[in-house]
Amino acid sequence: MSAPVTDPVADPTAAGVPADLLDERLIQEQGLVGAVLAFVRRVRSGELGSLPVVVGLVIIAVVFQTQAQTFLSSRNLVSIAQFAAPVGIIALGIVLVLLLGEIDLSVGSMSGLSASIMAVLVTYHAQSLWIAIAAAIGAGVAVGLVYGLLYTKVGVPSFVISLAGLLALLGLQLRTLGENGSVNLPPTSGLIVFARQKFVTGGAAYGLMALAVLLYVGARLLTWRRRRAAGLSTEPLTLLAVKAVALLAGLLYAAYYLGIDRGIPYLTILFVVLVVLVDLALRRTRWGRHVFAVGGNEEAARRAGIKVDRVYISVFVSCSVLAALGGLLAAGQLTSVSQSSGGTDTNLTAISAAVIGGTSLFGGRGSAWSALLGIFVLTSIQFGLNLIGVDASVRYVVTGLVLLLAVAIDSVSRRARSSSGRG
Amino acid sequence: MSHSAVAVAPEREVLALRGVSKRFGAVQALTDVDFHVGAGEVVALVGDNGAGKSTLVKVMSGVYQPDGGTISFDGRDVTIDGPAAAQDLGIATVFQDLALCDNLDVVANLFLGREIRRGGFVDEVAMETEAWRLLRSLSAKIPSVRIAIAGLSGGQRQTVAIARSLVGAPKVVMLDEPTAALGVAQTAEVLNLVERLREQGLGVILISHNMADVQQVSDRIVVLRLGRNAAEFRTAETSTADLVAAITGASDNAVTRRAERRATETETAEPATVGLHKGDPA
Repeated sequence: MSAPVTDPVADPTAAGVPADLLDERLIQEQGLVGAVLAFVRRVRSGELGSLPVVVGLVIIAVVFQTQAQTFLSSRNLVSIAQFAAPVGIIALGIVLVLLLGEIDLSVGSMSGLSASIMAVLVTYHAQSLWIAIAAAIGAGVAVGLVYGLLYTKVGVPSFVISLAGLLALLGLQLRTLGENGSVNLPPTSGLIVFARQKFVTGGAAYGLMALAVLLYVGARLLTWRRRRAAGLSTEPLTLLAVKAVALLAGLLYAAYYLGIDRGIPYLTILFVVLVVLVDLALRRTRWGRHVFAVGGNEEAARRAGIKVDRVYISVFVSCSVLAALGGLLAAGQLTSVSQSSGGTDTNLTAISAAVIGGTSLFGGRGSAWSALLGIFVLTSIQFGLNLIGVDASVRYVVTGLVLLLAVAIDSVSRRARSSSGRG
Repeated sequence: MSHSAVAVAPEREVLALRGVSKRFGAVQALTDVDFHVGAGEVVALVGDNGAGKSTLVKVMSGVYQPDGGTISFDGRDVTIDGPAAAQDLGIATVFQDLALCDNLDVVANLFLGREIRRGGFVDEVAMETEAWRLLRSLSAKIPSVRIAIAGLSGGQRQTVAIARSLVGAPKVVMLDEPTAALGVAQTAEVLNLVERLREQGLGVILISHNMADVQQVSDRIVVLRLGRNAAEFRTAETSTADLVAAITGASDNAVTRRAERRATETETAEPATVGLHKGDPA
């Protein structure tokens, strides 16, 4: 924290205080202890972030491990990670729509329709898998476009559009599947191999984890250097080092532990990569900034010159495309497509996952990571309840209660935020 | 008395409207209105409800197209055919409802729609540096530019909105009722901001119902009544009574009558002083 070299901002105060920390009212803490104190203060003022979900995951792990000793086994965790991915990808699209304060109730039907299109093209029309996938994704683009245009040009509420879509797309799915009502994918299909049989193990897994940490630290260091050069406050390097070491240790251990069984599923890696990309797009691009702006105050966004209609359309298209992709991967995982593919269960799980992960239902608040955290919570509960052998009825009740709890936590923390001036 | 229009020589005219008219159906909202603002000048635009202030502001900010008259900017005749055109010319408007996104931080709000980019990504460092430069140039008191707008006070929000209007380096800034919702101290801060804009050589148009604010900070006061120019004053040479008379269109009006009644009821009060207080509808 030495004096900034070329500093256009911090005029008379050349005492080495970064330009953004000059205000004496700003509560400042330095170093590691400071970071911990700042975190505690944030939580107290209602800025919970992903804390409730992480706590929830720990509780789930403890409860189920004591009930069924195999819950935390490598085999079970690999299965959870693999099984969560397709619906998690659908939930990622829901996060985008929720950020605008809108909803898409038809993602389940969309995933089912996309899977049907792909399966029929591959098995009945002998098309190559890539063409079939492109057609299925194309259907997602088309549906999203229709939703976006109906919303922006006609002004139909998204709730109604997607409710209509839920039925219409289901109809199209049944029509596509034809009389048999179900299609089995060829056992050697690349999709099945990718979704079921591909795992990263051993050195490759450790290398992958190390690469991820390297990219993270590299990006942070670049930011650190630029902020310092501009005379702004910087994250303490010791804190960054601690974070990096903790992250590396955690990821390496995960690679080792999942490696005891089959390893890290390709499917899960694809999911995490998508989450990181969407997160990057949301936080670091103009598009993402505009999504948050439209979700927060549409009129303000419009007056600031943001093309609001384009934001809506792009988000509806992204959501449908992610739903289509999720449907394809789910089909690969189950090796077949039927009339019940992408049924109501998929729909509600995807939406609940986004909300449980901490994305607000009211727009403008949330993160791509909430899809990942939320779907892991729901999938863990599902697997845990299966392990201790309870009925599906109990599973529905528990999932419903967890969703309620998540929204209740969100509402309470919203109140804490407004009373501590964090909106 | 009410038509004691003072011929004011402009410093260096930036924005000038001549003979502007605007009609909505059967309502003639503006008739033959002249208005101009110079560089480094604060012009207050006052008038009763329905006098045409908002219509005139919307004509200048490109929301409405005038039916007649000319607009010149920097000596050239221009047509302002949309809010974007007004911004491109260098006319910035701070609307009464501020139009900020509560969920975004100060930096994001300042550059909303005009984000600085670097290699496809938003350049947070450049934007934060520029944000601090802007806020310092206004001597604005914002503790951190990384807190969400929801965590700021009314005065701080107004400050952010005014700072945002400066991002595109405009020549004229219009402020629509900037102090309407503010407390005493915050109002004073916003008036300081207005003075700082003037020091920076900007033309400032201040729309306000608050006579005290107008008299404190403006150089010139333009009064509209029923869609026409009613009067124009040099602020230094004007009393509140003159202003109120020009706004209401009569020296014998509700405000003065009330003042006289109060004066006769309470012998102690001096009519002029009472008039000053009562002239302030806020």
